[in-house]
Amino acid sequence: MPHKDLLDIESLKREEIEHLLEQAIPFKDLFTRSVKKVPALKGKSVLMLFYEASTRTHSSFEVAAKRLSADVTNFDVAHSSITKGESVRETIETLQAMRSDFIIVRHSRSGLPATIAKLTRASVINAGDGAHAHPTQALLDAFTIKEKFPDPTGKRVLIVGDILHSRVARSTSTILKKIGVEVAYLGPGSLVPRTGPENIRRFTDYQAAMAWAPDVVYLLRVQMERQDVQYFPSLREYHRLYGVTDARLAEIRERGLYLMHPGPVNRGVELCDAVMDYERSLINDQVENGIAVRMAVLYWLKPGAVMG
Amino acid sequence: MTLSAEDIAAAVDRLAEAIRAQTAGAPIALIGIRRRGDEVAERVLTRLAEDDRELSFGSLDISLYRDDFERLHENPKLLESDIPFPIEGAHVILVDDVLFTGRTIRAALDALSDYGRPAKVELAVLVDRGHRELPIQPDYTGITLSTQRPDHVLVCLEKADGLDQIRVIANESP
Repeated sequence: MPHKDLLDIESLKREEIEHLLEQAIPFKDLFTRSVKKVPALKGKSVLMLFYEASTRTHSSFEVAAKRLSADVTNFDVAHSSITKGESVRETIETLQAMRSDFIIVRHSRSGLPATIAKLTRASVINAGDGAHAHPTQALLDAFTIKEKFPDPTGKRVLIVGDILHSRVARSTSTILKKIGVEVAYLGPGSLVPRTGPENIRRFTDYQAAMAWAPDVVYLLRVQMERQDVQYFPSLREYHRLYGVTDARLAEIRERGLYLMHPGPVNRGVELCDAVMDYERSLINDQVENGIAVRMAVLYWLKPGAVMG
Repeated sequence: MTLSAEDIAAAVDRLAEAIRAQTAGAPIALIGIRRRGDEVAERVLTRLAEDDRELSFGSLDISLYRDDFERLHENPKLLESDIPFPIEGAHVILVDDVLFTGRTIRAALDALSDYGRPAKVELAVLVDRGHRELPIQPDYTGITLSTQRPDHVLVCLEKADGLDQIRVIANESP
């Protein structure tokens, strides 16, 4: 059954995830052609509704939609009536009148994309809502891991950082569990949730986490703009305790571990400068794969379909 | 009506013979349309393999170029296209299992042009069942079947389906 919307990873069955990850491969193959565009979504319109700043996710969706020949409109929230006090509902009614086929939403409030999805016939894709979900990030992370480990069953991914406020941590660990990958969290006690899935190991000490023998170390971005309370003393302290320092990079290289990060990187906080040249850094793969995975999602969803 | 594995083998022989007669010694590239067209192309290639000439082989998935998305309940599953040679200036022979309305070939021509500009494109089909909706005709035909528009022509091939067989199933309802 086709889905109308993609709001989170929880509502995807394992076989649907595997299908999307498989479908992203032929899309990625297109990138090496001289013509990178295909006519699959010719005449369809995609509306980008970003209430929160984002360069990467925004441009990744835009490139994906354009490579499928869809028309892309940016609803410039900063200059819209929302700043003049228009409610989200009024905005959606306006957007509905524009008859978009796809609406891609990012908002700081958890659950807003789901609300929009109920109000419109368009397919809604959640491009990140609060600390709730970021499903296309999760899909691109899973795709990137499967490129290195075609059978990822039993592989270990250590997610490091501010787990508590991170929709990336939530969605990515959910998808990884669904495809059979073992997940552990590492971060300051104040930033690693104590409740949640029981089959996820929790570490607060870097060496203890490395002794768990991960295959991939996934560094989360420190969301400086999203913390109104101080959860750790200083950025330098964070780097010393949980960042990939030069010394830790040497150990990571020695063990042949892959490094991932959703970007953009705070250099000197999550990662030292030398990581940019690390041969097993998958950060650029993640960016490229993001486009392929988002194309697969746009191609898979059916605007107007009944919600499952 | 049912055609057997022998009928299919004879049709592939005819295709290979006609292609050999028309393109004598010149380099050609066979591109099969997935899925099943690539299997037909592979068999033709095997028969041409003894010739002293340059032969290339590729496969093409045309799902992203179809014109009937609106009518589909679910978008078709994409398969990988594999064209491991430059299309630019090549003499391409597109190969498909069944030629019907011509819409698949229209899509394949669009897809092909996104890979480059071939010097020449021809069309070889295992079965031509008629009822074209576009001005597209085959250059090489294995079997010509006379069918009614609503009939189903089911081509089964060893690799894709486990056996070689062609069945025409009459469909009375309009």
